[in-house]
Amino acid sequence: MDFQTVNPTASLLAILPEILLTILAILILALDLAWPESRRRSLGIVGAVGMVAVVLVLLVFTPPPSEDLSAQLVLGGMIRHDALAQIFRTMVILAGALTCLISVDVPGVGRRGEYYALLIVATIGASLLSAASDLIMVFLALETTSISLYMLAGFLRGDPRSGESGLKYFLFGAFTSAIALYGLSLLYGFSGQTNIYALGDLLAGSRVPDYAVLLALVMAAVGFGFKISAVPFHFWTPDVYEGAPTPVTAFISVASKAASFALLMRFFMAVFVGYDAIWVQMLALLATATMTLGNVVALWQKNIKRLLAYSSIAQAGYALIGVVAISAQGGAGMAAVTFYMFMYTLTNIAAFTVVILVARATGSEQIADLAGLNRRSPGLALVMTIALLSLGGIPPAAGFFGKFFLFNAAVDANLVWLALVGVINAIVALYYYLVVVKVMYVDRGQNEDVPIPVGNSHAWALAFTTLGVIFLGVIAAPLYNWALTGARALLF
Amino acid sequence: MTLPFNLDTSLLTLIIFLPAAGSVLLLLMMTLPMSAEGHKVAARWAALGVSLLELLLAVYLFANYDQAAGGFQFEESAPWFALLGSSWHLGVDGLSVMLILLTGILAPLAILISFEIEDRVNLYMALFLFLETGLMGVFASLDLLIFFVFWEIGLVPMYFLINIWGSQNRVYASVKFFLYTMAGSLGLLLSIQLIGLTAGTMDITQLMTFWPAFQGDGGTFLGIGVETVKNLAFLAFFLAFAIKVPIWPFHTWLPDAHTEAPTAGSMILAGVLLKLGAYGFLRLVIPLFPVQAATFSGVIAFLGMAGIILGALAAYGQNDFKRLVAYSSVNHMGFVVLGVAAAAYVYGAAYTGGGGMSPEELESARQSAVLAMNGAAMQMFAHGLSSAGMFLLVGALYHKIHTRDLRQMGGFWVLAPVYGGILIFTSMGSLGLPGLAGFVSEFLVVRGAFAVPAFSLMTLLSMIGLLFTGAYILKAIQKVLHGKPSQEWVDYNRQHHRLEITWREGIAIAPLLALMLLTGLLPNWILPMINTTVTRLFGG
Amino acid sequence: MNSPFPVLSVITLAPIAGAILILLLPKTAKQEARIIAAAATGFSLLLGLFVYFNYDVAAANAATTPEQMFQFQESIPWVEALGINYHLGVDGISAPMVLLTGLASFAGVLISWGIEERTREFMAFFLLLVTGVYGVFVAMDLFVLFFFYELAIFPMYLLIVTWGWKDLREYASMKLTLYILVGSVIALVGVLAMYFVAGDATGTYSFDITHLMNVAAMPDSPFNANVFGIDGLTFARAWFPFIFLGFGVLAGVFPFHNWSPDGHVAAPTAVSMIHAGVLMKLGAYSALRVAVQLLPQGAQTHLPWIVFLTLINVVYGAFIAMRQRDFKYVIGFSSVSHMGLVSMGWATMNVYGMTGAGLQMFSHGVMTALFFSCVGMVYDRAHTRDIPSLGGFRQVMPWVAFAFIVGGLVSMGMPGLSGFVAEFPIFTGLWDAGPNITLQIGSWTLANYYGVIAVVAVLGIIVTAAYVLRVVQQVFFGEFNRERFAGVGDVTVLDKAALVMLLAAMIILGVWPSIMAPMVESGVAPIIRLFGGGA
Repeated sequence: MDFQTVNPTASLLAILPEILLTILAILILALDLAWPESRRRSLGIVGAVGMVAVVLVLLVFTPPPSEDLSAQLVLGGMIRHDALAQIFRTMVILAGALTCLISVDVPGVGRRGEYYALLIVATIGASLLSAASDLIMVFLALETTSISLYMLAGFLRGDPRSGESGLKYFLFGAFTSAIALYGLSLLYGFSGQTNIYALGDLLAGSRVPDYAVLLALVMAAVGFGFKISAVPFHFWTPDVYEGAPTPVTAFISVASKAASFALLMRFFMAVFVGYDAIWVQMLALLATATMTLGNVVALWQKNIKRLLAYSSIAQAGYALIGVVAISAQGGAGMAAVTFYMFMYTLTNIAAFTVVILVARATGSEQIADLAGLNRRSPGLALVMTIALLSLGGIPPAAGFFGKFFLFNAAVDANLVWLALVGVINAIVALYYYLVVVKVMYVDRGQNEDVPIPVGNSHAWALAFTTLGVIFLGVIAAPLYNWALTGARALLF
Repeated sequence: MTLPFNLDTSLLTLIIFLPAAGSVLLLLMMTLPMSAEGHKVAARWAALGVSLLELLLAVYLFANYDQAAGGFQFEESAPWFALLGSSWHLGVDGLSVMLILLTGILAPLAILISFEIEDRVNLYMALFLFLETGLMGVFASLDLLIFFVFWEIGLVPMYFLINIWGSQNRVYASVKFFLYTMAGSLGLLLSIQLIGLTAGTMDITQLMTFWPAFQGDGGTFLGIGVETVKNLAFLAFFLAFAIKVPIWPFHTWLPDAHTEAPTAGSMILAGVLLKLGAYGFLRLVIPLFPVQAATFSGVIAFLGMAGIILGALAAYGQNDFKRLVAYSSVNHMGFVVLGVAAAAYVYGAAYTGGGGMSPEELESARQSAVLAMNGAAMQMFAHGLSSAGMFLLVGALYHKIHTRDLRQMGGFWVLAPVYGGILIFTSMGSLGLPGLAGFVSEFLVVRGAFAVPAFSLMTLLSMIGLLFTGAYILKAIQKVLHGKPSQEWVDYNRQHHRLEITWREGIAIAPLLALMLLTGLLPNWILPMINTTVTRLFGG
Repeated sequence: MNSPFPVLSVITLAPIAGAILILLLPKTAKQEARIIAAAATGFSLLLGLFVYFNYDVAAANAATTPEQMFQFQESIPWVEALGINYHLGVDGISAPMVLLTGLASFAGVLISWGIEERTREFMAFFLLLVTGVYGVFVAMDLFVLFFFYELAIFPMYLLIVTWGWKDLREYASMKLTLYILVGSVIALVGVLAMYFVAGDATGTYSFDITHLMNVAAMPDSPFNANVFGIDGLTFARAWFPFIFLGFGVLAGVFPFHNWSPDGHVAAPTAVSMIHAGVLMKLGAYSALRVAVQLLPQGAQTHLPWIVFLTLINVVYGAFIAMRQRDFKYVIGFSSVSHMGLVSMGWATMNVYGMTGAGLQMFSHGVMTALFFSCVGMVYDRAHTRDIPSLGGFRQVMPWVAFAFIVGGLVSMGMPGLSGFVAEFPIFTGLWDAGPNITLQIGSWTLANYYGVIAVVAVLGIIVTAAYVLRVVQQVFFGEFNRERFAGVGDVTVLDKAALVMLLAAMIILGVWPSIMAPMVESGVAPIIRLFGGGA
């Protein structure tokens, strides 16, 4: 493959979204200076609108070139501009936009320009991550996301929990990414190559000793496992989720996780293509452990954010099923992961938005304090219910299709046992989701006659995500087909 | 299912559903805006009207049944449950006509007696008419499944009649009656399924020709030996009908049910319901299972005899007037059973080609069997009349003096001469005094059964049973009527309530007396019809 | 044979449309919510009647291919990539079920007219539930079937846990939901496997029932190919128990039945009606559609032992019902007993038994809906379900008494009523199956035992008669406690209307079986042909 011929227009087009996002970040910082305190409330709106605009640009003006690898490898092979990247960028930028939207009015972050700027940077990192096709770019993007997220997690200086969360996230993150970096350097050292596709060819040519490859494999897995909070690299998740400002939690739980899944699939499919026998087994076990532990521990949670944290661990486990099912026809497995991540993004943001609103009204994040929500504001209760159903995989919410595609792929790849583990886990998960529903609908809470105030921005976010979840739950085909084209890009 | 209500093509359907329609009408009448009293009166007369209309239809049927031709007439058929090879097939022969007529006659009388009911009259009358539908259905159906449907349906209204309007022990008695009979008919249910399944049809007329000779595929069907299956099915049939008749020792539900039921209930129960069992024997058991019936006939006869003797003794032992009459039913139905047994024996013998008898013997045996059968059929009719009458009288008395204990009664003839006369007349009828219905039938049975060599002894013993019959009847009469009335009865009669029979009761019983006399003096108004049927049944 | 007007879609989606409308109403609009709910379910009921009476039995009997089996078909591609189509249609088995759903749901709305607490939500979720139920019955694509199957579960949970009986609702609703879901997802995995096996063999990957039926009917069907390299352990044999019993959970097959009595008792009246009346039929129906109809070989291998489970259902259920003090538990266990007859009917694998089972689904559905509405009416007024302390209620609510008595007669299979029409063929089927079915476990074989099963099962009927009489006696007859039940009055006009509607269904079917039996038979015949036996 020949990456030297850099085609400037193609390269610029390929990273146009990131460029625009950078501009947006600067703009917001400027506005932050220019605007008086009173108007800064609108910063979030600006960020959201801007990101949505970027998504539109991305979809309209920067379609990926033909499905030919060398045409798609741009920027000297730094990133691959393909359908998969498109989908995941759409996903993460959309997530960023929604996060901005729901950050408005959130005490401590809502009116801070730098907050939004950091958020956008994190988005840029995630967006690059989902397209990265070179060890260097992989690490750069990884760190761009992570570092800005460390700061965001610890953003509430007044709140010790937030500080703790930021620190924990940082320590774990630094540690694991160091390991990952070491793995990458091993690969580079043995092959002298940094482009993952070139690496793939080399390793396939088995000019590299297996033990080294395996070592690198494991180390990379550690790094990525941390990002997607897979067991046993999940310990940070509950504390960070609980401590970080809720919008940030939402962003971490969806955008960085989604991008990391994109990277995971791309990287493993490209680099370790010859060793799938090994890493499929490994990831299958990882998936089983992740699902099971996430769900079982979630059963005991009293705090809604911790509950969602463990649930998101479990969700990562389900998604891994799709990664494992590489032998499913037409890349159905990876298409399933893509679809799952997309619906999960919408779902989780909806859930966290409700948490934000309720917490602001009741000043508590305990599940018990959701009591009587249905009597208090039926709309929020309904949204939360739909979100939980989607996480639980009950129609007509998108989660049903999501899980269906995953298990479908698993069975296709002759992993019936894994599918069974998955469905049983889904039932266990449904138990604690239903408990929350029960609390909202059955238990009685205080001042049930005072509806919880919902600002415009949150209303928009809720409407968009909820309708999105229902829409994907009924008309799944278009997105799934798109995901299939994306998956095909990985199979070359 | 559209029914052109043209009397000749769908008379039987009409006969079956007229009372049901009546009961629906009565239920609807409950919603009319009327005074409580008005409701009662309306319900009573409406019910009576419907039952009289039904009687008219029954008489019409009787009048238009071609006695010379015999066989099944007024047949009609419509699709009902194709999957099970069952169709809405109705038709009557002499036997059914007689029983339909009997039912038609008894129903209005019973309703007339029920005018004394004060509690929820609409419901009572509705149930009663519905019961009549069930009875008519059994007698008119020529399809096993339809037969079973009506057979079971009869239970429900009877259960509630006893359960709601009965006396102290009504709950116990009604549940016992219901479960007993239902359990009895479960076997019937299963064997009907077997038959329908293997024969592919539920049509009785076809089954009569098809089933007895049926050998299954290679001597087995459903993997079981065909004979075994037939024997089992026969047992099931026998049990179901035996409980209904009731044949001793399956009779224990009867005294309770009778005693607890309201008067009209007992009348229908004794008058018609018991006949269902016997009818089942004649219509189904003997024609479908000739061999088994024949081999079993000895036992049947013995049980019949046992019923006659023990029933009589038990009746004699009672101090409760109504229980006494109830046991008398066991005793009288014994004769029917005896006749059936004789018929079964000969029919089976004839079917198996002689059964060790020379043609002449067989011929004579058949003659006498026909006699016995005629007797049995007549006995059904006669007992229907007399037992209904007896229960009517018991009820009439109980209604006035509120006790059924014979020991407290006595000397009522003085207080109620007319009642006394009627009581004596009726009991003579059931005793079988020459000149009354009972005599003709019992004579025929005994004469016929005696001539059947196998049963001479048992017939003789049954004659002894007749003696006991006389004994308990006389006991009843003596206890109720004779002697000197105790002072309190005299006062009671003067101050509280006249013991004399009321006009309504008089009107109700008059037809029964008339019919007993008529049948006794010139049985030929009905006997030929029975005879042709019976003879045809034996292919004579 | 697509129908010009998508009547089945309208039937299925009318309730959900009603639900959305209701959710748009203001909190206070209770009466409007009720009216919308009644309108939506009533509309579906009418269309259900339309479908029922325009179903062409002759054409169905003439049908030679699975595609012709189903009528009123409509099909829209849903997820082409996986060969999923939104494909609806009814055959002789599902048409009566659609009608049943209409009856039960409409009656349910009428019965729940008195619900005052969060009426909007109640009606909305009730309608959602109804949509799910309809969807399963009209689905011709297994994905669609599962979609609606799962769709029905959640509203069921929420209705029970929110409006149910306080003492039991949280436990019962969760138990019920998890039981049913575990069963269904295991079945789902089985169906996925079926989908790929069929797809790999034929090249066309589709969840369409007709497609899978064709595959099942192929001379060398991939479903009959060995799996795991074990000879004789074919795909059908390996998966049948999981799929059949997976759905069997919802049908209350022993030993997976014990969610059902609690669920019935905890649920609010209307939900018990739908639940016992219709939802349990979803299980039996899907077990037939997916397991028996698509894996006939597995059925022939496994049903001969599964029949024993159903026998336990019938007899054991009846005995337990006999022992209950709680009015509603009696009915709950009677459902266990009667649903056993349905599965037993499937297990006969002949036209008699399966037609009977189809009829029993309808008959029991209407009957048990009637039962639960009666129980509800008594409980709402007396505030107790303790049988001994009730009594004489016919004096205050004669209509309920009458309805309950007729229902009781149906449940004990009294001739002239629908129960008899349904149970008689089932027993006939058992007899007929006798010589044709042998149970083979390893070297041990058991032959010709279905007759015995019939005889034992009949005992269930006696017991049923006993406990029905007992309840009738103790609740509706006997002494009426004037002091305690001073406030108890008669039921409303709407209640009476609901009762009359259900009664009419049972009596009409009982008096004139030809109105339904041939239809069900036409639906059963093709399945029988799959067993290689002429129908």
